[in-house]
Amino acid sequence: MTFKETLANQDWVVTCEVAPPKGVDMKHVLEEAELLRGKVAGINVTDLQAAAMRVSSLATCSLLKQKGLEPIMQMVCRDRNRLALQSELLSAYVLGIRNVLCLTGDHTTLGDHPDAKPVFDLDSVSLLRAGQGLIEGKDLAGNELESVPTDLFLGAIVTPCADPIEPQIYKLHQKIEAGAKFIQTQAVYDVGAFEQFMKRIPEVKTPILAGIVLLKSAGMARYMNANVAGVTVPDDLIKEMAEAGEKDKQAKAEGKKGGHKVNTSIEIAARLIRDLKPLCRGVHIMPLGWGHHVPAVLEAAGL
Amino acid sequence: MIASERKPLDEILGQLEGEANVFVVACDGCSAGCQVSDPDHTEQMVKELEEAGKTVTGVARVEMVCNSGLTALMLARHLSSVNQADGLLVMSCGVGVQSVAAAVEKPVHPATNSIHLGGFQGLWRSEARCAQCGDCLLDYTGGICPYTACSKGLTHGSCGGPMDGKCEVDPSIPCGWERIYQRLAALGKADRLQEMPLRLRDFRNMLPMKERRRTSLWALELFEEPEAAEEAG
Ligand code: SF4
Ligand code: SF4
Repeated sequence: MTFKETLANQDWVVTCEVAPPKGVDMKHVLEEAELLRGKVAGINVTDLQAAAMRVSSLATCSLLKQKGLEPIMQMVCRDRNRLALQSELLSAYVLGIRNVLCLTGDHTTLGDHPDAKPVFDLDSVSLLRAGQGLIEGKDLAGNELESVPTDLFLGAIVTPCADPIEPQIYKLHQKIEAGAKFIQTQAVYDVGAFEQFMKRIPEVKTPILAGIVLLKSAGMARYMNANVAGVTVPDDLIKEMAEAGEKDKQAKAEGKKGGHKVNTSIEIAARLIRDLKPLCRGVHIMPLGWGHHVPAVLEAAGL
Repeated sequence: MIASERKPLDEILGQLEGEANVFVVACDGCSAGCQVSDPDHTEQMVKELEEAGKTVTGVARVEMVCNSGLTALMLARHLSSVNQADGLLVMSCGVGVQSVAAAVEKPVHPATNSIHLGGFQGLWRSEARCAQCGDCLLDYTGGICPYTACSKGLTHGSCGGPMDGKCEVDPSIPCGWERIYQRLAALGKADRLQEMPLRLRDFRNMLPMKERRRTSLWALELFEEPEAAEEAG
């Protein structure tokens, strides 16, 4: 089933992201994707995430497609102008890729080539419009296409726990107006804040999948609170992770088996997923290197 | 100098929709030199506004509108007519429009497009600048230029990056889009962020004419088409 069909047919869907390697060995990313077979409605492939140079989302999605998996290609506006972006949408289509998540993208200065030229010829909204235009048979300049990628399925992101939230809501409406048919969100740790967000947009019928980022440690949680826009990990979760970390340390000192941190992380994610279930159409899991733990998370969440 | 040309009347009236009373600020610097805001063309603008049913509550001529201190002083002299106005129409380059926006808590509307020439960038350079994009959108953005105030030059709202009101690129500068949002919210116009029209920057406006003439597209259009037409005809 395509991601679009799954969204239309199922009340609750799960997506998960994988990241292409910095190098040419695709074994690891393909293995991570393989773990998700039959368990998720779509697999997002990040596009030079964190502005770091690596294998493209397009190439990785194409490999997933060849293996019969359902890729969701992420596309940022940092590295290509409007010609290249539109061309890549068409290129993805001819390779069988149908789902595209459109983002503005982190600035080049935050990545591993901070001296590179940032492009941002388009932004998330105009990229969606470009994609929607192609679906309707025209490019951004208004030229007719000879053949049309009618089944392109476009999505966008939102940061539901941002402060202030109004600009996010305005932009979400712009994105939906521009052609977004599904929404995946930035990480959610505060279910109450997410519920507030959902209550403010009762008119939005576009399916929203809440973002789940696996917490690896208390330190990571604190780091995100200080550095990641619109993400707040509540203190009680940080405490839970810190206690698990202590137990691991103790176990190590006593020569026993640890794994408390991993188990706690899985438990927290599963709990968030269960709590989010009545509020939205699904979850989007971003494991950040812990892809091998995703099956356990899904199992613990009862999915 | 910063070169400018007047926006079409329709676009200006579109910006002024719902604002019956308008105060006009005209620059006596570059844009007067470009015959956009010199006394004759300012008078012409006022006439066109009045013919379209607007009440012009007053006109202020400022030596250099990009001089934000001077502009604030000059506008203070016209305080009551500025207060009577629903919005201000600024006949100057983009720097001038932003300098007026910083001085008054009212909607400001650019009457011109600033054209790229290079060289002098306006007197009020450090805090607000104009990239001379050739299609001024300060009307949509509360008088704060997204091309210069936002590190990515985004035209449809903030990226996912601002933290505590600061830009992801440099935490020592405010996020331009948060500034725009706060400004529009203060003017009671924040909901216009929901329906921003598609804004694609036209980068041809950044090309000097001479260079534009050297593009292969120019050559194709100019020379190949007439030749092809001759052959066909
Ligand atoms: S939008 Fe900005 S860059 Fe363009 S003319 Fe206005 S002030 Fe200048
Ligand atoms: S944080 Fe704000 S100013 Fe910085 S790039 Fe994003 S939208 Fe632009």
